[in-house]
Amino acid sequence: MDRSEIEKLAHLARLEIRPEEIDEVATRISNVLALVDQLQALDTGNVAPMAHPLDAVQRLRADEVSEPNRRDEFLAIAPATENGLYLVPKVID
Amino acid sequence: MEWETVIGLEVHVQLATRSKIFSGSSTAFGAEPNTQACAIDLAMPGTLPTVNAEAFRMATMFGLAINAEINRRSIFERKNYFYPDLPKGYQTTQLASPIVGAGYLDLTLSNGETKRVRIHHAHLEEDAGKSLHEDFHGMSGIDLNRAGTPLIEVVTEPDMRSAEEAVAFAKKLHGLVTSLGICDGDMSQGSMRFDVNISVRPKGQEKLGTRTETKNLNSFKFMEEAIELEIERQIDVLESGGKIVQETRLYNGDTKKARSMRTKEDSNDYRYFPCPDLLPVVLDDAFIEDVRRQMPELPEAKRARYIAELGLPEYDASILSSDAATAAYFEEAAQLSGKPKLAANWVMVELAAQLNRQELTIQQSPISAAALAGLIRRLDDGTISSKMAKIVFEAMWNGEGDADTVIETKGLKQVSDTGALEKIVDDIIANNPQQVANYRSAAEDKRPKMLGFFVGQAMKASKGQANPQELNRILLEKLGG
Amino acid sequence: MHNLTIAQMIRELRQKTFSSVELTEHFLARIERLDSNYNSFVTVTREQALQQARQADARLAAGNAPALCGIPLAHKDIFCTTGVRTSCGSKMLDNFVPPYDATIVENYLRDGVVMLGKTNMDEFAMGSSNETSYYGPVKNPWALNCVPGGSSGGSAASVAARITPAATASDTGGSIRQPASLCGITGIKPTYGRVSRWGMIAFASSLDQAGLMTRTAEDAALLLNTMASFDAKDSTCVDEPIPDYTATLNESLSGLRIGVPKEYFGEGLNEGTARAVEDAIKTFEKLGASVHSVSLPHSHIAVPAYYVIAPAECSANLSRFDGVRYGYRCANPQSLEDLYKRSRSEGFGEEVKRRIMVGCYALSAGYYDAYYAKAQKARRLIKQDFVDAFKTVDVIMGPTAPSPAFEFGAKSKDPVAMYLEDIYTIATNLAGLPGMSIPCGLVDDKPVGLQIIGNYFAEARMLNIAHQFQQNTQFHDLAPAGI
Repeated sequence: MDRSEIEKLAHLARLEIRPEEIDEVATRISNVLALVDQLQALDTGNVAPMAHPLDAVQRLRADEVSEPNRRDEFLAIAPATENGLYLVPKVID
Repeated sequence: MEWETVIGLEVHVQLATRSKIFSGSSTAFGAEPNTQACAIDLAMPGTLPTVNAEAFRMATMFGLAINAEINRRSIFERKNYFYPDLPKGYQTTQLASPIVGAGYLDLTLSNGETKRVRIHHAHLEEDAGKSLHEDFHGMSGIDLNRAGTPLIEVVTEPDMRSAEEAVAFAKKLHGLVTSLGICDGDMSQGSMRFDVNISVRPKGQEKLGTRTETKNLNSFKFMEEAIELEIERQIDVLESGGKIVQETRLYNGDTKKARSMRTKEDSNDYRYFPCPDLLPVVLDDAFIEDVRRQMPELPEAKRARYIAELGLPEYDASILSSDAATAAYFEEAAQLSGKPKLAANWVMVELAAQLNRQELTIQQSPISAAALAGLIRRLDDGTISSKMAKIVFEAMWNGEGDADTVIETKGLKQVSDTGALEKIVDDIIANNPQQVANYRSAAEDKRPKMLGFFVGQAMKASKGQANPQELNRILLEKLGG
Repeated sequence: MHNLTIAQMIRELRQKTFSSVELTEHFLARIERLDSNYNSFVTVTREQALQQARQADARLAAGNAPALCGIPLAHKDIFCTTGVRTSCGSKMLDNFVPPYDATIVENYLRDGVVMLGKTNMDEFAMGSSNETSYYGPVKNPWALNCVPGGSSGGSAASVAARITPAATASDTGGSIRQPASLCGITGIKPTYGRVSRWGMIAFASSLDQAGLMTRTAEDAALLLNTMASFDAKDSTCVDEPIPDYTATLNESLSGLRIGVPKEYFGEGLNEGTARAVEDAIKTFEKLGASVHSVSLPHSHIAVPAYYVIAPAECSANLSRFDGVRYGYRCANPQSLEDLYKRSRSEGFGEEVKRRIMVGCYALSAGYYDAYYAKAQKARRLIKQDFVDAFKTVDVIMGPTAPSPAFEFGAKSKDPVAMYLEDIYTIATNLAGLPGMSIPCGLVDDKPVGLQIIGNYFAEARMLNIAHQFQQNTQFHDLAPAGI
């Protein structure tokens, strides 16, 4: 893990890492990757990946409106709101 | 050099479910901001998604309608990126195992040719919220009512070669999803949104050129304009020795200009992986057969029926069957009037013109299908002439009542009464001896033209209300002498 | 009063030896007097607790109250509680007061259980020592210079210190069983899907499972009866019949086949721990069980596979903490990018950030197959090991943690050393199997735990096995000095 890789990862994760921290973060993440790299020696041949512990299938719900309007309760715990909207620094697309 | 355009589309179709794909919030359009965003839609900690069965029923219906394989086992995945209209920081979508596999749509082009556009796949996913850019002290406002509305994203192969073909595909798709009842088709509310991938290459070249993607076009008109503009731009760049940059572009329908939004270099690494909060959706044969049984009649089948059973010409049948609302209106008018061909004419000509002029959809027409049928009946039974019918239609459009009321109040009844017409004709013959003599001495082949004089006089005398067929008959009889 | 088990409290409440208000007041007073030593609670809900206790007393007086009515309980601060701050051990949620309850919280409210407060934990349940909490480390009541284990360290310490009769907890890689082992109490992680995850703040969704920390297996059975429910709001919650877990506690262990995996007794296991576990297994032989050596050949890749899958899932699960709709938001964000980066960097601790980044890495273009897909394949092999073993044995036993509680700071600078704390517990999460830890001895005056791994949905059998052990041993009655 070099500094640029750490910077790229941090950006993907929207995390800010101070320049003086990068080396330590890189070392620690490298150590973790060294641990998980033990997987590479494993022969997984034709094994199918397993995303869920149980072989269950998704239940489907009837198409009914069941959620009442609770906007005021939700907005009350938001850091910045106005006119029923959540506020963020200007979005430019 | 001669250039060939290659176009592929990605179309976001909002499904007309009552509730969202992963929560029980309403999907109704136009509510106050954030009043239809529940804890799940807001990605509150600890909340979990459930799956709306109706979204799968509708997606399956779409798949069957484009002759696609329905994947019996489809998987939801997370597409990771940060954006304020995406509360979870990932969009739940389908990548490796989408619900609808490969299919196609056949288009009829204006030159009468049939063109097949292959559909690579269609997958289910959730819509995002909206960022409102009006000024909140330099901030943007986020409304998450739309977040979680079910979408199918329809991805075509790069099979289209012109803006005309792309628009024809878009219209065909619009007609299909509205006929199926799985989308309200209201493009002004974003119910269908088109991303257009465009590239050009020298004619005859196999290899595709570098493409750009123009995103979020929400009308057929803008789509056509944006494609034409982008083709022109790409050809200009290439002919002046430049290179096309792979990028996402935005087209502004007001300024008729497009601009680059982002290039491939700063595109995201979306880190798709199977959503661990959702399990594989497994659909069995019974489910799929059930959906097949519930399928409404598709535009193709409607068109064939209009030709075979209602005796419409090919052109009329295509136009009237292409859009569900138009088809429903036409069928009601045809049935209630008993005159399909007349109903077709009125829907396609007078009604379409008025709707167009006032930018209304057929559902917003001030004249209902039943009311139009009433007008057609009066035209058919001879109460009014086609000329009068247009006056009556105009009055009905302006809210002056149904056909019978308008005919009554405007005194537009056609005179078909033989006695009354004979009296008029007798008077004209008596008052115009010279013309009558000329007519009677004229050669047989000159006479029809000369008859016009008498018809005009009779019409004038009857204030335009004489039944033309009846009048003709009587005139010929009396002049023929 | 605090030395009673919940089973005893249920009887005494009905015999009117004391009321729920008296019982609740007793534990609240203990928390207020003693918890400064342990730091096991982050929020104490005195007023609500007494209010709930009064209501419980009314229901008890009216008769027909549910079994647990009036029993005090603490919730790990990972479960959302309406109107009560739910921090998940993070600065990110230090100000977060949810307007909804976790399903398990609702289940306990329904049955008249009294909530004493919310217990401390590793931030977002990421840790094995409770040293990553924004609210400071929890101290082990058996040795105040040692960790209680994690991530449910507050739940474990509070039960061990008898300042709550029991506590809820969650287990993603061992977060119930390892602290139960280090604090000398009983911990159960049910089968994945047995208990609803709704309202439990997600770390790694396909591994997270709510469970319990109690003094005895009997108490765990009583509490699991209310905790377990089918919940349509959690798509991964399983609609399987739920037995009365207390009904089979007294069944004989005669004929029970215990599998002992040789891989769980290798290098890295403390000698004293090994001896205590082996002795416990001998006790089961005396109770009529037979012991069989089994092999779980992919055990060595459980930790590597876990440290791909759990970070991958957490990297997405924690993206919602963006400073927009709730939780921490940095001061004066200059741009969207700045809002995200500073809110998240200032709101999350080091371990959480590390795991998010590892997860991003494992899922990123070019690495997905080598890491994430590979780990998912390893996961299937690990599950298959257990499926094969359960063809010949009824239950698997071994150590819960490689050693007794360690001192603060001993592993916190070395993530990999910390990760190996869960070497024996992680595989059951990957496989989705139920697991328990029960006290089975002391090493250097610190408790060690025996791990019992059951087959899918075999919680009743596991509780029966643990209960029979506790009927014939006294380890579960041992208390830290001064308690």
